[in-house]
Amino acid sequence: MPGTDIDIELNGAAHALPDGASLHDLVASLGLAGQALALAVNRSVVPRERWAATTLAPRDKVDVVRAIGGG
Amino acid sequence: MNQAMRQDRPIDKPLSIAGKTYRSRLLVGSGKYRDLDQTRAATEAAEADIITVAIRRVNIGQDPNAPNLLDAVPPSRYTILPNTAGCYTAQDAVYTLQLARELLGGHTLVKLEVLGDERTLFPNMPETLRAAETLVRDGFDVMVYCSDDPIQAKMLEEIGCVAVMPLASLIGSGMGILNPWNLSLIIEQAKVPVLVDAGVGTASDAALAMELGCDGVLMNSAIALAQDPVRMARAMRLAVEAGREAYLAGRMARRFAASPSSPMAGRV
Repeated sequence: MPGTDIDIELNGAAHALPDGASLHDLVASLGLAGQALALAVNRSVVPRERWAATTLAPRDKVDVVRAIGGG
Repeated sequence: MNQAMRQDRPIDKPLSIAGKTYRSRLLVGSGKYRDLDQTRAATEAAEADIITVAIRRVNIGQDPNAPNLLDAVPPSRYTILPNTAGCYTAQDAVYTLQLARELLGGHTLVKLEVLGDERTLFPNMPETLRAAETLVRDGFDVMVYCSDDPIQAKMLEEIGCVAVMPLASLIGSGMGILNPWNLSLIIEQAKVPVLVDAGVGTASDAALAMELGCDGVLMNSAIALAQDPVRMARAMRLAVEAGREAYLAGRMARRFAASPSSPMAGRV
């Protein structure tokens, strides 16, 4: 039903977002648009060019990662 | 150094990994620095071409305008080598590198490490072999952190890893090369580049690795945890070069006996 939120798991924590939202919408809502990131849904990497076309479903597990200092 | 001396230097083949060449045989990590400015300065002083990075979840809610590691050490200037630090299973390591490949626009050169336990950070070799097989099949160019076991190193090479990276000693321990004999065995048999990775503590460790015939050295703590990281980075660059030159020069033989450097004839 339009207007209701769904619950996903984002970087290991519960996260609500509008039903029908795409990965692109998610990234924008987090203020991360334009950042160097990689995304995966249920441990499957989704290339950037498919973010807008990838709609999230309830209980999807999303990982949003970046590069940080490490050995 | 004057021009005449520079021209006298014998030509050395550049470091070649997965069909690509690099000027520098010193590879560095990007962790444990005070801040990104120090990361940038030390990496520049090291004159490294390849720098490792870790892949981690974004901290949701953190300031999105916070400076980014890749601004301090840009991919336009360095070859960014994603690692699988903190991975204890082949599955996690493979997943991490799939994310890394996407993050870095399709780059396939990666560093694989699968750890066995948190206390020693020693590699779990069975899991490492499993991960290496999957990654090589998936088209990655795998540089692999491994134990200094010549059999394991050969297996990794046969799986198709593009470089083997035996530890000198425990990650972050600074203990230097504990078993130069094993390292020599690995170097002797390897048909891919061998780079010492883990445990380097100071310049002489890096020089020794190169004297033994390593193709390169990867280090992080040795530089980042020095009192003066930028100075140590410079020392390491010189050490890697000195060790390489000594290796190419062919050292004198060791004997458990004296041999005078001055002639005996004509003494007063």
